[in-house]
This record gives sequence, structure tokens and C-alpha cells, in this order.
Amino acid sequence: MLNVGKIEEGYVLDHIKAGKSLTIYHLLELDKTDAQVAIIKNARSNKMGKKDILKVECPVGSINLDVLAFLDRKITVNVIEAGEIMHKEDLILPKEIKNVIKCKNPRCITSIEQGLPHIFVLSDEKKGIYRCKYCEGKYNEY
Amino acid sequence: MRHLINPLDFSVEELDRLFTLASDIEKNPQNYAHKCEGKKLATCFYEPSTRTRLSFESAMLNLGGSVIGFSDANSSSASKGESVADTIRVISCFADICAIRHPKEGAATVAATHSGIPVINAGDGGHQHPTQTLTDMLTIRSLKGRLDQFTIGLCGDLKFGRTVHSLINALSRYDGIRFVFISPEELRIPDYIIDMLKEKQIPFEEVIRLEDSIGDLDILYMTRVQRERFFNEEDYIRLKDFYILDQAKLDLAREDMLVLHPLPRVNEIAVEVDKDPRAVYFKQVQYGVYVRMALILTLLDLV
Repeated sequence: MLNVGKIEEGYVLDHIKAGKSLTIYHLLELDKTDAQVAIIKNARSNKMGKKDILKVECPVGSINLDVLAFLDRKITVNVIEAGEIMHKEDLILPKEIKNVIKCKNPRCITSIEQGLPHIFVLSDEKKGIYRCKYCEGKYNEY
Repeated sequence: MRHLINPLDFSVEELDRLFTLASDIEKNPQNYAHKCEGKKLATCFYEPSTRTRLSFESAMLNLGGSVIGFSDANSSSASKGESVADTIRVISCFADICAIRHPKEGAATVAATHSGIPVINAGDGGHQHPTQTLTDMLTIRSLKGRLDQFTIGLCGDLKFGRTVHSLINALSRYDGIRFVFISPEELRIPDYIIDMLKEKQIPFEEVIRLEDSIGDLDILYMTRVQRERFFNEEDYIRLKDFYILDQAKLDLAREDMLVLHPLPRVNEIAVEVDKDPRAVYFKQVQYGVYVRMALILTLLDLV
């Protein structure tokens, strides 16, 4: 079993779909912070077979995790304080996602208009469906 | 500041006020002839559309206002690469209200976000065309006296027809509406609309042949079946006549049924039908002017 040192304060993002940890690393903009990050790929998992894990040493609350719920609601967010798991954070689907995903509809105004933010709005909370703010096209790819 | 981007931007109560105003304009046009004096409408049409643009311009002129604008992208700064956001900022300095048509979906939303004046979506690609929906609704309300308790058949291309999708969404907010979708398998109504109707428990049925259901309808909304929508020529030839309304099919309909069509009509309604009193698609064009007049007054807060 692979061992990575435990963290004092921050987050452990568990049950990430195998191979998706780097995508999440970039979407959470961890590349732009000084936080100490461990990326574990293809870890063995009883539940999933294979999974990815991200360990982030940072002050709790300093990272906006909203986008996680959109990407994959099965991800477990463990909040670590004083080296212990304090609680598991529930993932709530954000009402709006800005500049995380791009509209792929070639007929959408975002395909030609410069400097336009790509905004997706939660249209069905139950099914987790997001639609482009402009063309209302459904986003269905992760 | 209000805009009209989507037909659902207005509540049922707001629509009711708009249609009441439009009906009053129809009856007493002289009372509104000077309401917009000194006001300017900008028609920003990035793609040609004679009917919609002239309807807007006619509406503003009827209100005593004036009109500026362009009628295709080549005669605007878009040809130099200017963004919609910049164009609308500039237009906001010239006009009091703007009607925009653009081939890209969501262009009117971008315009509204950056505009200093009310924006009316005059069609954004295959997405929305709210003033057509308002026109359809005013026509029904004026000629039937109500917008609830009827069976409406929508016939033809129900898959790609944006006017059809908008109209279904708008009418689904009223009580007692039943939909009959008449189309070939290839051009069926999209699943997301079916899901919406099921969720709201709005009755509907899907049929292949117009003759099979025309006798049940209070309103028949015709659209064009385009050859290029079919996968093969054989299917097109086999099916196209099902969706042509002629006098023989109209004879099966009720005496008080209305036939609507967003126009342009090509061959889906035989010319012989035009003289039938149930054919109201040219009246519909007139209602389009009244509803645009009411909309301009409402958005400019001149009511």
C-alpha cells in the first residue's frame, strides 16, 4: 500500500474517478497556489477498483470546491484540521459555473464572440443538468 | 430595465397586460400614434429577415417614433470583427430601444448583458424567436378570446422548428391545453419537451398523419417540412404530402378551427386554403405589428 505523509490542515479529496485527478487539480487552480499537493493516481479501491486521491495542505476554506459537485458528486471531501478528519463536506451543485467548461455548440455565440465568459447555469438540480447561459445547450461531458 | 430574450421572460400576468394593450392598439390606433415621438428604435439585423425587421419598423413608425439600423452583417462593424457586446454599447448611445437578430444562439443575451437600452431578441439562430411566439399567442387570444382550454395541433417539422418549441413552452403555462404533435418519425418533437409535458401532466399525443387528428383540433399550427431534413429522398417523397394542408383535409376540420403559420409558406398550405375563413396566417402578420407596438411601449415604460 502506498503511503503519503498525513497533512495537518487542508483537504483530502477521495474517490476521484481514476485518471481525473489532474483535471481537478487544474480546475481547482491548485497550480496557481503554493499549497503542498499530493496527487495519487490509480490507487486501489474496494469500492471503485481504481481511484485517484488529491491531498491538499492549505487553510480550510481557502479553496473553492463548488466545481467538484458538478464534476462528480461521488467525490468525498474530507476536511482535515490538526491532522484529523474533522468532517466530510457535502457537495452542493453550484448554481452557476464560470469559465470551467466551454460550450461546444458551434452555433453558440461563445464560438465567435471574443472575451465572453463561458457560463453554465444549473437547470435541473435533481439530474444535475447544466445549460449554457447563452444558447441553453445541455452540457453532458466530463 | 427590462429586455425580451426568451418568451418565458414575462409572467402570465405580464403577458396578459401586454396582449390587452395590443388589443387596445388594434381598436384605437389613433391613441398611440404619438406615444413614441422623439424615440428611436435600432434594428440590428446580422442576417436578413424582411418580415421581422419590417414588422418592428412598422410598429415603431405607427407609434410616432423613428428607426435606425442595419439589415445585414456586411453593412455593420461586425464585418470588421466588432463583437456584439461592443456594438450594443455603441448602439445604446444612438437609440432608445434595440431589436437584434443574429445567426448565433445566445447573441441577444450577450447584447442584453452589455446594453444601456432595452433589448428585444428578434431571433437568435435556431434558439428563440420570442416576438413570433407573442404574435402567435395574440392571434389565438384575439380570435378565440382565450389562451386556455383548447386542443392545438402542431404539424410538420417539430424537431428543428424553434417557433414550435417556444409556442409549446409558452402555452404550457395555461390551463386545459392539449397538444397533438403531427410529424414524421424523423422530425418528432424533442424528448426534452416531451419530458417537460409529462412532468407538468399536460396531455399530448403524437400522430403521423394530419387527417387522423385534424377533426379534434381547435387550432392547427402549420410549419414547413424541408427536404434537407430527411435522410433519404424516398422518405421525403413518401411523407411530404401528409403535411400539406389542402381543402380536402381542411374539410375534415371543425368550422371554428384556426390555421396558423409563422410564414414564409412554401407549399405546405395549398393556395386554395387562403380564402377559407379559418386560414388566419395573414391576419397573424397584422397581429405581429400590434404585439410589437405593445412590447415597445411596455419596455420603454410608456404605458
